[in-house]
Amino acid sequence: MTALRRPGVLFGALMIAQVLLVSAQVQSKSGVRVLELVTFEMFSRVERATAAVVHGVEGVWSNYAALRGARDENQRLREELNSLQVQLQEQRSLAARSEKLASLLDLKTSAAVPTLSANVIAGNPNPGVRTITIDRGTSDGVVADMGVIAPAGLVGRVIGPVARHAARVQLIVDRNAAAGAITERARAGGMVLGSDDTPPLKMDLVPNLSDVKDGDRVLSSGVDGIYPKGFMIGTIEKVEHRGGLYLSIAVHPAVDFGSLEEVLVVMVPPRPAQHDEDIK
Amino acid sequence: MKTVVVLIGVAAALTLQATLSGMMIGRMLAVNLVLVAIVYAALAFGAVTGAIAGTVGGLAQDALAGGIVGIGGLSETLIGFVVGLLGAQFIMSGVVARFLMFAVATFVHAAVFEGLSALADGRAFAVRWSAVAVQAAVNATIGVMVFWVIERGPDMLARRRARRATFSKRRF
Repeated sequence: MTALRRPGVLFGALMIAQVLLVSAQVQSKSGVRVLELVTFEMFSRVERATAAVVHGVEGVWSNYAALRGARDENQRLREELNSLQVQLQEQRSLAARSEKLASLLDLKTSAAVPTLSANVIAGNPNPGVRTITIDRGTSDGVVADMGVIAPAGLVGRVIGPVARHAARVQLIVDRNAAAGAITERARAGGMVLGSDDTPPLKMDLVPNLSDVKDGDRVLSSGVDGIYPKGFMIGTIEKVEHRGGLYLSIAVHPAVDFGSLEEVLVVMVPPRPAQHDEDIK
Repeated sequence: MKTVVVLIGVAAALTLQATLSGMMIGRMLAVNLVLVAIVYAALAFGAVTGAIAGTVGGLAQDALAGGIVGIGGLSETLIGFVVGLLGAQFIMSGVVARFLMFAVATFVHAAVFEGLSALADGRAFAVRWSAVAVQAAVNATIGVMVFWVIERGPDMLARRRARRATFSKRRF
């Protein structure tokens, strides 16, 4: 204990212990689950409490602000509702027509994806990593590698370890995140990766000869076994031909991560990723 | 006792950082409050407290972020210890010296953290120095302000109380 009081010895011991910790994880790729889980479990309770206080204050303020502009907003919403009702009628007739066509062609209709709503209770305390914490965990049936979506599109995936009442979600814009993707118009397949650049998504592995244009919508292809197929990832912002085998594509995310308060966890356990042969 | 106070400070910084980043999801948060707390602890209490604060703060950040636990811990332990040593060797009571210390610590942390992450993940070393520079400026400003509040705050409060007491005794 006396030796540990000497600064050099203490510093050396701390550094060596952490180097061993890192080496063990790099070799096994399994991570220090117990340490991570205990820290996350404890801290997620603090995060829930903090989020409750912050949301409470925000709620009081927004209720006050909402009261002030309620009449104007009410009028605007009525007009919007009228226009949406007209659109709904059109969409219904279109849906009915496509259902009839699908039954004529004997196509199987895809079942709706089972989801669980969750509140975002905190961000990540490490500025270099883009993750969020949600208030659903193993007690709600959430497991690692489940996809997370929002009404606008793909958000990310649950990463382990998952606590009882909280889980961490790696955002699709994190530099270590990736998802199988396909362009809606040309059906060009590839992989969407997060990055630190602006926009924070890029699409890789799209062959140079593919017909891909600015403004094309990028959807999840489902080949990764995590994200459900057909969900919006973003819109192509820039396509560059760099002379290699693949195009360089910048994608603007569909989800506005800045105003993300509620998300939906896709309650389908992850399945093994499909290989090229399987897709063909 | 001082170690307990420092650890409470690091925990508070961690909570505040998580809450702030929860409000700015998807964007790079241009502040690392845990690093600010560690550098403050090292400058105010010395190398040992700085190293302990760095280890606890860094490991907690790693464990909460997901990924390899220990990379942030290593980087922040190193920073806590070296800043503590420098603080003991040189006069660090000036605003400029403290500002520089917080800023340099941010750059070193970014370089060590990214270097170790790249090594562990087997990818190329890539740091956006412009983003780090912004974070360094914000961290340094907050760090200098924290020093100012902690050092001068109690004196100012005492002076204000004394002035109020003098006024209340006067008869007009």
